[in-house]
Amino acid sequence: MKYVLKKVITLIITLLCISAITFGAFSVIPGDAAVSKLGVNASPQQVEELREEMGLNDPIPVRYLSWLSGAVRGDFGDSYQYDNTTVASLLADRLPVTALLAAMSFLMILALSLPLGILSARFSGKWPDIGINLATQVVMAIPSFFLGIILTYVFGLVLHWFQPGQFVQPWEDLGACLGYLAFPAAAVALPKIAMVVKFLRGSVLAEMQKDYVRTAYSRGNTKGMVLYRHVLRNAFIPVITFLALVIAEILAGSIIVEQVFSVPGVGRLLITAILNRDYPVVQAVVMYVTALVVVINFLVDLLYQAVDPRIKTSG
Amino acid sequence: MKLLEVKDLTIVFEEGRQRQTVVDHVGFSMDEGEILGVVGESGSGKSMMAHCLMGLYKPHERVAEGSVLFDGQSLLDMPAEARRQVQGNTMSIVFQEPMTSLNPVKKIGPQVEESLYIHRKDVGKQERRELALKALQDVELPNAREVYDSYPHELSGGMRQRVMIASAIVCRPKLLIADEATTALDVTIQAQIIRLLRKLNASTGMSVLFISHNLRVIQEICSRAIVMWQGQIVEEGTVEEIFRRPQEDYTKRLIAAIPTRRKRRGF
Repeated sequence: MKYVLKKVITLIITLLCISAITFGAFSVIPGDAAVSKLGVNASPQQVEELREEMGLNDPIPVRYLSWLSGAVRGDFGDSYQYDNTTVASLLADRLPVTALLAAMSFLMILALSLPLGILSARFSGKWPDIGINLATQVVMAIPSFFLGIILTYVFGLVLHWFQPGQFVQPWEDLGACLGYLAFPAAAVALPKIAMVVKFLRGSVLAEMQKDYVRTAYSRGNTKGMVLYRHVLRNAFIPVITFLALVIAEILAGSIIVEQVFSVPGVGRLLITAILNRDYPVVQAVVMYVTALVVVINFLVDLLYQAVDPRIKTSG
Repeated sequence: MKLLEVKDLTIVFEEGRQRQTVVDHVGFSMDEGEILGVVGESGSGKSMMAHCLMGLYKPHERVAEGSVLFDGQSLLDMPAEARRQVQGNTMSIVFQEPMTSLNPVKKIGPQVEESLYIHRKDVGKQERRELALKALQDVELPNAREVYDSYPHELSGGMRQRVMIASAIVCRPKLLIADEATTALDVTIQAQIIRLLRKLNASTGMSVLFISHNLRVIQEICSRAIVMWQGQIVEEGTVEEIFRRPQEDYTKRLIAAIPTRRKRRGF
């Protein structure tokens, strides 16, 4: 219990710091929400009136505190760029899409990298390992957004497996939506798969050198039995940490890939919001991503304890 | 009847063009129920010989010559699958490092039971558990039940070495190889483990090949010993003979290296 409480306090402090930093950054960068809303042809007087109305003329600490008091109550305010639209409703439309995209890429990573990593370690130095090594080397060198462009070209324009730009919302047709998202998800996942494969292979090979492996062989285990009964669970311990980092990168990667594939998710919302100086939306998205990363780290800690009996939570 | 007959065993280490003979035409035999000591400094090839008997090879290690007859079977030219049936079943080994020789993420119970699981398919889950508890009691661990459900990191070094012995004897092997099994332990624990091995030898008739660099320890546990130096057997005989009338220079130096009260006065 004490452990959970500690984690919750950490989460709150992290969110406070991040929100203050984002707020600070926004007051430093040039540009004005009122100007971007009214357009460059608006008269200075109109801009001034709107600024007053939006509360942009208040001092920064006052604005921050007023945002904070709303956020604590779960009210992230109204969007600056869209009229009469709350931040909450904007997020509600886009969160499921991004969550789906992230979940799909994470599942792809798990489903492919674990078997490939194990295979590569099992046959280290032999042809399956050499083949996997070559493929991971190539994939790792390609950035996600460029991979997205290649996938769009090959599967969208040449093979016509999906219609680029014709995204279907999940609540309209889930199957079609997943079929479309598979491609951006692959663009995010592929470089990460290559990394996890390499990491897992290294971890398994390092474990194979340990003394307990020699003990296992001395009891009459075959190589396969040594791997599955003894080595894998030990080899997964560092991989779990790595996967937690990968999740944070999936979120960052999907922001860019959503642009490439015109997926109306949180990433696209964030980019248009930054361009329009739509501060409440940016702040809310950043809070959401931060909270997610902290919560995932917390879950990883719990998973750690389940896998490694040497780690016990105390105070 | 002889339990183990090793003839002209030669093990080489080959890497690229380099070839080094680590065990050089070693031959000895062991009776059933005997405790045989192997003594020699580190690098004398005694551990490598023991691992070879057990069928554990490191990369680049190869048997170049010789034969090993164990329990009527020729170990070196049997197929890998048949060799595996010997490991942990009729022959087992206890290593030097009790702290790292157990899998850190598995409970003690399943690790002690593993040889049974591999070699005695007819033994059910419940019976396996009972046999493992029995083995844990045989190695004089108090509260075997508690140990059964512990993880290795929850036990001390001496307890872990007892666990290693329990896991080695759970299939009732004919030969137990103790490869520097007491070296990493405190002197008091060392004495306890030696007493335990002698007791197991007396009660079950299990032979023990006891490897150590420490002549004193060898003297404690066995009546007959071989002395290895640079991959060769330089001396063989009863421990008393070796102590009283060492034939070889190396053995003399080995004996002289034992610290005694009398010698200390000379400092």
